[in-house]
Amino acid sequence: MRFLFKTSYAQELGLFRDNVQRNWYVALFAALLVLPRVVPDYVGDISLVFIYGLCGLSLMVLAGYTGLVSLGHAAFLGVGAYAHVYFVHDLGLPWIVSAALACVLTAAAGVLVGLPALRMTGVYLTIATLAFALIIQEVFSRWDRVTGGLKGKPVDKPVLFGVSFAHDVAFYFLCLAFLIGALWLTANLLKAPTGRAWVAIRDSEIAAQSMGVNLALYKTMAFAYSAALMGLAGALFAHKIGFLAPDIFSVLLSIQLLLMVVVGGLGSLHGAVYGAVFVAILPVLISQARDSVPAWQGLDRFVKQPGLEPGLFGLILVLFILFEPLGIYGRWLKIKIYFSLFPLYKRATFRRQKTYMRSERLR
Amino acid sequence: MDTILQLVLNGLAVGCIYGLVALGFVLIYKATELVNFAQGDLLMLGAFTCYMFVVWYGVGYWAALALAVAIVALFGAALDAAILRRVIGQPQFAVVMLTIGLGAIFRSFASITWGSEIYTLPTPFSARATRLGGVTVSHEYLSIIVGTVLLCAALYAFFTYTKVGVAMQAASQNQLAAYYMGIPVKRMFSLIWAISAAVAAIAGVLLAPVSLIDINLGFIGLKAFAAAVLGGFGSIPGALVGGVTIGLIELFAGAYLPHGFKDVAAYVVLLLVLAVRPQGIFGAAGRKKV
Repeated sequence: MRFLFKTSYAQELGLFRDNVQRNWYVALFAALLVLPRVVPDYVGDISLVFIYGLCGLSLMVLAGYTGLVSLGHAAFLGVGAYAHVYFVHDLGLPWIVSAALACVLTAAAGVLVGLPALRMTGVYLTIATLAFALIIQEVFSRWDRVTGGLKGKPVDKPVLFGVSFAHDVAFYFLCLAFLIGALWLTANLLKAPTGRAWVAIRDSEIAAQSMGVNLALYKTMAFAYSAALMGLAGALFAHKIGFLAPDIFSVLLSIQLLLMVVVGGLGSLHGAVYGAVFVAILPVLISQARDSVPAWQGLDRFVKQPGLEPGLFGLILVLFILFEPLGIYGRWLKIKIYFSLFPLYKRATFRRQKTYMRSERLR
Repeated sequence: MDTILQLVLNGLAVGCIYGLVALGFVLIYKATELVNFAQGDLLMLGAFTCYMFVVWYGVGYWAALALAVAIVALFGAALDAAILRRVIGQPQFAVVMLTIGLGAIFRSFASITWGSEIYTLPTPFSARATRLGGVTVSHEYLSIIVGTVLLCAALYAFFTYTKVGVAMQAASQNQLAAYYMGIPVKRMFSLIWAISAAVAAIAGVLLAPVSLIDINLGFIGLKAFAAAVLGGFGSIPGALVGGVTIGLIELFAGAYLPHGFKDVAAYVVLLLVLAVRPQGIFGAAGRKKV
């Protein structure tokens, strides 16, 4: 077991816990750099993982760190995607400017949702974001001039500063760069007063308020930041899927995004990335598992039904919430502690307390 | 004038369905403070079960209705006992995700068991109508309104006059105190789930002849959310008033506003109401004492 002895405040604010951890991240980064050479067939899928990672990061800030659950993040993704494509194709703006504008626009949309949301708590907020997402989806399908309506809108490959990112490997590095940038920004933000205030709001609004946290300001900030990240993810997502249609940004996508942060582990940046990997890999695993089911008693026909997949997603969600509420990251922590405390690990360390219903009706 | 009356009547009928689903949300929320995002899918299960008995097994409509309600109610109670009881006291977020997951499982189950086609449920009220002045009163719509009124009266009587009903109210007001008074809170919660599931099943069967049955019937739950929130999530009369309001707004928006507003009118109203009165029209806001 390793104990960390901190000798300065700068250490507390540092990005990495110690040199060992930093070296691991450098190794991971090096591995990601050579990955396209190792598995050239999967480069496209991995860049989708990076984009999902951005989405996960966005929701993690809002749901995992500020405690505001949004069922409308697919709408922000859509706003980002449509805005970016409109700016690039119809207005002919440079890529970077257009992506930045898309981020600003989604952040503004985030503030718009966030402002009434300040007065709501818990389930009201969730339902309000859901309503917002449903309205926005209708707007996508009706506002033909900008969004192409139900016919959809094709998207070209990205061109930055005259350099084309049409090739999968180039796009992979573009997504990777944005993901690392966003992770770096968010990690730093969470260590700054802003992030501390968010966590304080999540744990107890009243306590945060009495410590002088301006609830309205920080909640709006969380919404704006989360939406801006989603806008960036949307810009990349648009190029990745190559065709925008309103029914992509449905409630189901919002749910899938939430699934990502729950499965990954709420309240950790690692969790956002784990969740992204999980959500991107699961459909592949399911389809492979389906093909390998033997034709016994018509079992293969049963598992090949199209309706089964959403149910499997639901089942995974239910199992995670019941048995591993901290997600993959929580499981990883348990395994790590098991080995670092070996033979003294106690299950009780992580046991949930017995609880009874505490009313949230009084705020 | 006749058009308006016709719209009001149809809006009332649609609103009653929203109200019934919202009632299901509210019952569960009042008692256990869980928000059941799978309520709409319970409605879908109820409609499918009734359809199965009527069309596949040739059971009469009323018997099939009773069977469907009983089965879905039992299922609701089992759901509480097996799964939802474990998340009591967890953050609300966990519950939201859990019930969303359950809803996805139900839809999957329905699509595997009954197939993903669209069905119509034959009922004694199908395709019959009475003309009153210039207004056509379809018996299907009439059945919805009458059914809702009867159901609400029964529920009201149950919660006010029976011992179990009063015990439920106690359990929902203060769980710990109810335990101390010797109320079997766990059984009460299962019962609430059963009642709420039964209400959803009845709403499903009433809705089935008007809207066709398919696995996405449950998405009506989203509009019912608007109804429940509009009425303040913890208020039973509020849920019904909210439902009828949403139903009326929707039909009038469909008739007098440009195309596309019908589907989102409910949500626009919901957002406006929440922005002005965050706890809904009938909701009571309290503040926690520290």
